[in-house]
Amino acid sequence: MPPLLRRPFFWIIALVIAVFAIAPAIGNNVELRESLLLAALYITLASNLNVMLGYTGYVNFGSIVFFGLGGYLCVWLVSSYAWPLGASLLVAGIAVGALALIFGLGILRLRGAFFALATIGIVEAVQAFAENFTPWGGSAGIYLSSAIFQPMGGPARALWSIYFLMVAVMGLSLYLSYLIKISKFGLGLLAIGQNEDAAAILGVPTPLYKALAYSASAFLPAIAGGLYFFKSAFIQPSDAFDLTLSTEALVVAMLGGQGTVTGVALGAYLYEELRGYLLTSETFSNFQLVLSGVLLLLIVLFFPSGLMGWIYSRFPCARKVLE
Amino acid sequence: MTALLELHNVSKRFGGLQALRELSFAIEEGEILGLIGPNGAGKSTLFNLINGVYTPDSGRIVFRGADITGEKPYRIARRGLARTHQIVQPLSNMTVLENCMVGACFGRENLPLARADEAARDAIAVAGLEERAGTPGIQLTIAGKKRLELARALAASPVLLLLDEVLAGLNPTEVERMIGVIRRIRERGVTVLIIEHLMQAIMSLSDRIVVLNFGEKLAEGMPAEVARNAQVIEAYLGDPRLAAELQSGT
Repeated sequence: MPPLLRRPFFWIIALVIAVFAIAPAIGNNVELRESLLLAALYITLASNLNVMLGYTGYVNFGSIVFFGLGGYLCVWLVSSYAWPLGASLLVAGIAVGALALIFGLGILRLRGAFFALATIGIVEAVQAFAENFTPWGGSAGIYLSSAIFQPMGGPARALWSIYFLMVAVMGLSLYLSYLIKISKFGLGLLAIGQNEDAAAILGVPTPLYKALAYSASAFLPAIAGGLYFFKSAFIQPSDAFDLTLSTEALVVAMLGGQGTVTGVALGAYLYEELRGYLLTSETFSNFQLVLSGVLLLLIVLFFPSGLMGWIYSRFPCARKVLE
Repeated sequence: MTALLELHNVSKRFGGLQALRELSFAIEEGEILGLIGPNGAGKSTLFNLINGVYTPDSGRIVFRGADITGEKPYRIARRGLARTHQIVQPLSNMTVLENCMVGACFGRENLPLARADEAARDAIAVAGLEERAGTPGIQLTIAGKKRLELARALAASPVLLLLDEVLAGLNPTEVERMIGVIRRIRERGVTVLIIEHLMQAIMSLSDRIVVLNFGEKLAEGMPAEVARNAQVIEAYLGDPRLAAELQSGT
């Protein structure tokens, strides 16, 4: 797609991916790698959430369900059927994407607060399913034996491979949300986000577009979930379907500026760094969530367009380069 | 001439209110058909039935030979029917150009983005909004928003255009310009169904007129015939000023 290569933003994303991939590899910096892995995860979750929240204007409180289900499917395929990691991740992503399409066609008939409540309902329902589904170990979850890392050259090398895969998933997330934004599909989603009834009257096939957006925003988080729980070698319902992470993804998207690709990524990175600092600090370690709540309040009240909105108003030329 | 849009005994009820009763009429290709009637006569309801926002309780709506009764608005839009709203509905934070591109992308021609850009600029020029192409929809004046509604509908290159009070709220100069725009649209071969309260304007614009009263068709014919129709005058007598205007309007 040559015209795409001429857009500066394409190369900005490539640069971000390169920095993520190279920075920790220099000097084998494991500590930095672990911190950036979480940042890449937050960027993945927030960027995909942004397709629903920022473009289509639907508040999805339950985006974590994609992450958790992807994690479960992947870990299950690896542990019970001895599938290789790559195939498990791909199948998990596709299955969760397809499931989201079906769910989406149903619950996207709801709007506003009702939709938001339904997304929480889905998380609760899927969590209850996982807690009672024997092949997934019920509430005890699934453990992977440490031998699982042997085909990847032992745990030390496996962790690096997992890190690079997570960076790749983050890169794909950024490209996906960028491509959607500059496409006709994205124009339709933005129109729905602005005024859904007017969009339908202008000819935007709203139910299909909304369900496709919901499904597209499920695929990569599911793969990220697979990677994350494969790395932990353990998954249980309360970790996989933790609403906190969903809420954090919302905070991140709003902090950075919903609807923008750059802002959401930047917000995710900053939030993760802050979170890392707070968790390790002696005074604040118990206040991390309090802080994200206060942050969300402040953004909603005073900076509804987030970090990117501030940058755009300060430097109008940024609008042309940073999507 | 062949009928572009036909309504066969269309009825719609909202709770205890019979908004439309057994309404039938047809629009010929290439004409401007005016739709008038006192407030609450069912004019806007009729638009919402034609473009699929509501489904009729009974009756059939046929557009270009196909039965579109109960079809979703986005399917009907794709068939070549576009409309404006009495209460303007801009895509607020999108620019005028982007608003019109949505119309072009998802309208009758289903254009790809690059060609939608051309079609949108073309429609913006017809509506006289060139200088506002980069302005967010929400920042336009009322007259600007009405034009945006029109430009956006035009960008879809419709076969039939439904105009819901595009002249309301405009000053006399703006009304003159808008009437010019509507005439130009018709010259491009677009059939127009127009609701309007400004009698002078609708009498001079329309080839034929349909009068609604309490959800029923009261009269149908050339503007001059309708203006002389005793029943029509009576329906407007509640508002003597309008009745006088109706008679002097032609």
